[in-house]
Amino acid sequence: MGIFNKRSVADLGEKKKDMPEGLWIKCPSCGESLYEQALAKNLRVCTHCQHHFTLSAEERIALLADEGSFEEIDAKLDSVNPLGFKDYLGKVKAYQAKTGLTEAVLTGRAKIEGLPVLLAIMDFRFLGASMGSVVGEKITRAIEMATKEKCAVIVFSASGGARMHEGILSLMQMAKTSGALARQSEARLPYISVLTHPTTGGVTASFATLGDIILAEPKCMIGFAGPRVVKETTHSDLPPGFQTAEFMMEHGLVDTIVPRSEMRNTLGRLLRYLLPNRAAA
Amino acid sequence: MKQVLEFEKPLVKTSEELDELRRRNNVKPSEKIALQIAELEKKFHRLQDEIYSHLTPWQRVQIARHTQRPYMLDYAKLCFEDFMELHGDRHIGDDNAMPGGFATIDGRRVMLIGQQKGRDTKENLLRNFGSAHPEGYRKALRLMRMAEKFSLPVIAMIDTPGAFPGIGAEERNIAEAIAFNLREMMTIRTPMVSVVIGEGGSGGALGIGVTDRVLMLENAYYSVISPEGCAAILWKDRKHAPEAAEALKLSAQHLMELNIIDGIIPEPAGGAHHDHTAAAQYLKAGLQTALDELASQSPKQLLAKRYNKFRAFGQFTEAA
Ligand SMILES: [Zn+2]
Repeated sequence: MGIFNKRSVADLGEKKKDMPEGLWIKCPSCGESLYEQALAKNLRVCTHCQHHFTLSAEERIALLADEGSFEEIDAKLDSVNPLGFKDYLGKVKAYQAKTGLTEAVLTGRAKIEGLPVLLAIMDFRFLGASMGSVVGEKITRAIEMATKEKCAVIVFSASGGARMHEGILSLMQMAKTSGALARQSEARLPYISVLTHPTTGGVTASFATLGDIILAEPKCMIGFAGPRVVKETTHSDLPPGFQTAEFMMEHGLVDTIVPRSEMRNTLGRLLRYLLPNRAAA
Repeated sequence: MKQVLEFEKPLVKTSEELDELRRRNNVKPSEKIALQIAELEKKFHRLQDEIYSHLTPWQRVQIARHTQRPYMLDYAKLCFEDFMELHGDRHIGDDNAMPGGFATIDGRRVMLIGQQKGRDTKENLLRNFGSAHPEGYRKALRLMRMAEKFSLPVIAMIDTPGAFPGIGAEERNIAEAIAFNLREMMTIRTPMVSVVIGEGGSGGALGIGVTDRVLMLENAYYSVISPEGCAAILWKDRKHAPEAAEALKLSAQHLMELNIIDGIIPEPAGGAHHDHTAAAQYLKAGLQTALDELASQSPKQLLAKRYNKFRAFGQFTEAA
């Protein structure tokens, strides 16, 4: 039985229902065929090469939060079309139907190893987890709530960057989220940023790289510009492993790389260092 | 060589015809030529009106990128006295795409930072086309913190196609350099004004743009993505940049309607490149007004208002 079946997740809407029995999935990294149920049991990490498959926000929460501790906040925020961008809301609705989420981030209160945290989890399936007004607002509110309730905030990032369809408003979410983190920091409260595959663009250039602690999942792609853009701009070959978590750790951006199976435990250990009084209470 | 924009060509042609008639009239004055000149002058003004009063967002983008447009260091000379450049981020190097230093505007001492482009290949090698590396953003923050320490207001001139998407930039964590500025600018206890003087290219622009007042020149643009980049995604073809420029609502007028910016600084007819001195006069007046408005506010008031200003950005619905 997989961990996702064991833990219940409150108020998350649809459960996984789309997996027929006995489905095989090909690992994009090593090419090995993996049995869906075996993959789920192994936290969606390839049993041959340790490739970390993308997780939905729901799966991520089941993996991290103490059982039954997750309470979603700000679930009713919905996107509008501030620029009158062609087909935008149709796209949002299609992703809502496909993912069962209202937007590309899920936020809420949770406990990790008994410690209260505000948790924000981006879900790459939703329009590449691009950041528009709703994503920026939900993340900002989660940070502000952490500051108010004197607890840690943990953001799991995965994003294609700022959302083009909301133009300048998307860009301004970078300043808004970073501003909220300035206040969390001034209150001497922890922010842990976890980078997952892939974290790029305006999300990397705002809250994702502002953690007191920055963790990354193995081999995830982390960058500001896309590798194609870098290659075209510089007319040069990219160094091996360019923009992977390992590359970023070597270049001093990431505190440490944490395999999925150790993520919850690592967060618990960190929180006990960052909030010693809370941990003792 | 003077850069002529496609939509300005009828004007340039008329202006050349006028020059030729005036030359002939000087050599051998005649009533007939004088009449022709008067007619053509009328035509010139009519054309000017037609073209410049109905500029499309894409045409403004082209004006914003015009190589004869005044750049940050031109304004440093034209609007300020005594610009004293300060170099380096104190760690890796000095980024010539992001000059900065002390300057004085009408007797008021300030810290001036901004992005600088080049006009030709040689200059662009030095200035990297106005695309700063992490060192540029870190130098800018160093200078802003110094301004705070010595109670000087900060003026940031934004003019970049974007932060540099290069290998070294990624290795030295360009994203973190920008993110760090976004967070730190929210806490700098001195008045800060930014003005988009040309291109406001995404995160690279915002990286020096979290300020109490955000102004834009009339033909500048400020956008989450370049029109070409947007067209490449939406239409799979950069040729559709004009439609993308329209859709992105990136012009000063649009951003004013969206309440993103605090003011538009007018440019001389046809754009700042036609008259640097006049453009600088408008900019100087705009900067002084902004600095005057902020001068009376305490650091505490500034920070609260700055936070609330950026906190309010975003549009969404929330069901009860
Ligand atoms: Zn594999």
